[in-house]
Amino acid sequence: MNQTELKELEKKATEIRCLTIEMIGKLGVGHIGGSLSIIEALVSLYYKTMQVDPKNPKWEDRDHFVLSKGHGGPALYAVLADKGFFPKEWTDTLNQPNTNLPSHCDRILTPGIDMTAGSLGQGLSAAIGIAIGKKIDHKQSRVYCIIGDGESQEGQIWEAAMLAPTKQLDNLTVLQDYNKMQIDGTTDDINSLEPLTDKWQAFGWHVISVNGHDMNQITGALEVAKQTKEKPTMIILNTVKGKGAYFAENKLSSHNMKVSTEEWKKAVNELKEAGV
Amino acid sequence: MYRMANKKELRQIYAELLLEMAEKDERIVVLEADLMKATGTTPFKERYPDRFIDVGVAEANMMGVSAGLAVAGKIPFAHSFTPFATRRVLDQIAISIAYAKLNAKIGGTDPGVTAELNGGTHMSVEDAGLIRGIPNMMIVEPADGVQLKSLLPQIAAVDNPVYMRLARKSKDQYFEQDTEFELGKIYELRSGNDVTIICSGILIKNSLEAAELLGKEGIHARVLNMHTLKPVDSETIIKAAKETGAVVTAENHSIINGWGSAVSEVLTESYPVPLERIGIRDHFGEVGLTDFLLKKYKMTAEDIVDTAKKAISRKGRENDNHR
Repeated sequence: MNQTELKELEKKATEIRCLTIEMIGKLGVGHIGGSLSIIEALVSLYYKTMQVDPKNPKWEDRDHFVLSKGHGGPALYAVLADKGFFPKEWTDTLNQPNTNLPSHCDRILTPGIDMTAGSLGQGLSAAIGIAIGKKIDHKQSRVYCIIGDGESQEGQIWEAAMLAPTKQLDNLTVLQDYNKMQIDGTTDDINSLEPLTDKWQAFGWHVISVNGHDMNQITGALEVAKQTKEKPTMIILNTVKGKGAYFAENKLSSHNMKVSTEEWKKAVNELKEAGV
Repeated sequence: MYRMANKKELRQIYAELLLEMAEKDERIVVLEADLMKATGTTPFKERYPDRFIDVGVAEANMMGVSAGLAVAGKIPFAHSFTPFATRRVLDQIAISIAYAKLNAKIGGTDPGVTAELNGGTHMSVEDAGLIRGIPNMMIVEPADGVQLKSLLPQIAAVDNPVYMRLARKSKDQYFEQDTEFELGKIYELRSGNDVTIICSGILIKNSLEAAELLGKEGIHARVLNMHTLKPVDSETIIKAAKETGAVVTAENHSIINGWGSAVSEVLTESYPVPLERIGIRDHFGEVGLTDFLLKKYKMTAEDIVDTAKKAISRKGRENDNHR
């Protein structure tokens, strides 16, 4: 990836971050922390790595994406709106009555959402099912999935963690949003995932650990994952919960917090002024 | 009407039908959670190894993987014993399959007392009841090979998640060869106008025997097989209530939240007549062969006869209220 392309992606990440803050800010409440920690990963996936068609969201040969931590929906909606999967005005309807953009991702309601998620721990299994389906059909397309760190305390994640390497699903790349915070405290205090890299390696995955806000590192890791054979890849995104919004960044309370008009507007202005 | 002559267990017929269907429809895939031999799907693995996924002892993951396969355009058939195909994975079925409106089929084997010597831990009394509360789910209990042959292609064809109860070891045959059934529609096994017995699964046998016994006493029982628990065939139930004035349900399941409850809801809302329920009366199961357990739990033909008479005896009193 050349410098111009990198700058473009970083600029896009700022745009998407601003739109995500605006969506939640306009509503006044939402899962801002875990939305802002995955912005760079989503931008790297949707603007560089994945093959999708906004005009044909159900395109058979697309790469599939499962946001297993379904509460990160707002960040994904910002991306999908920007790419033209649905009208940008929809972003003003987040969680409003009869919306197509609910808190947690819903494949029936939102064009571009491949899998419903919200009850934690389930999306990775679905991603595995999609990957097996693609293998059966000899498709070259891939499956991407983002799981949370608190989510990884669910047992089903580890049932899935065993199966994907057994089935040699090298068409599956999973990204773990490791912001090290969950609702009730830090993951280390509540129910530690450490040693996380060793765990995934021991389960048979190809593991790459990156700075989850470094576009170059994420994009590089996604490229390496594509080349990796006979193993699924786990990219551990070392992230900051609430990244980029001064009122939420690195705060436990950011999981699902109230956001005032003043706060969201100030945060968006700060980001725009800072540029990339 | 019914014979006990089938040489094949239901699971063998099930596997043969799956293979037949899979040959015509390459979307069909099979999932197991380390119970391939119990379900009887080994021939499927041998014939279609790429379309057979054994996830090991991990039922929650199996339901999620099934959902993903459905996203990828497959029609997954996932199996386990009834408690592990329902109770253990209820949220995965509710959210990853039903809420997501994904076309996955779930086969629960050894329903109710047919878990026999596996005992209480494996003896689901509430599986259908648990699934019944989940929107979008259909529930079907194909009772024998004839019924399965007619219903399984319909189950595969309907673009909706379906839970099936399969008495895998049963060799009983209740229906004439090549009888056709319609998914969601009650099938009349025997006509009669004094009382209606609505039954499902292995209780068909005892219900038909009960109708014979009642017949000898001049009581003409209508016997209806409600193979589809959900969606419920209200029309046929109401018609039977109007024409017979009393109803008995007979199910290999708890009387709470299963067939008895579903029929009760229809009658209470639309045409109240005396209703009595045969089934497992709000207790867990235990080890024992089917005949022993049916006797202990008061689910024999004689029990159904007594219950039918009780329902008939209530006719006059209660029906005056709404006529």
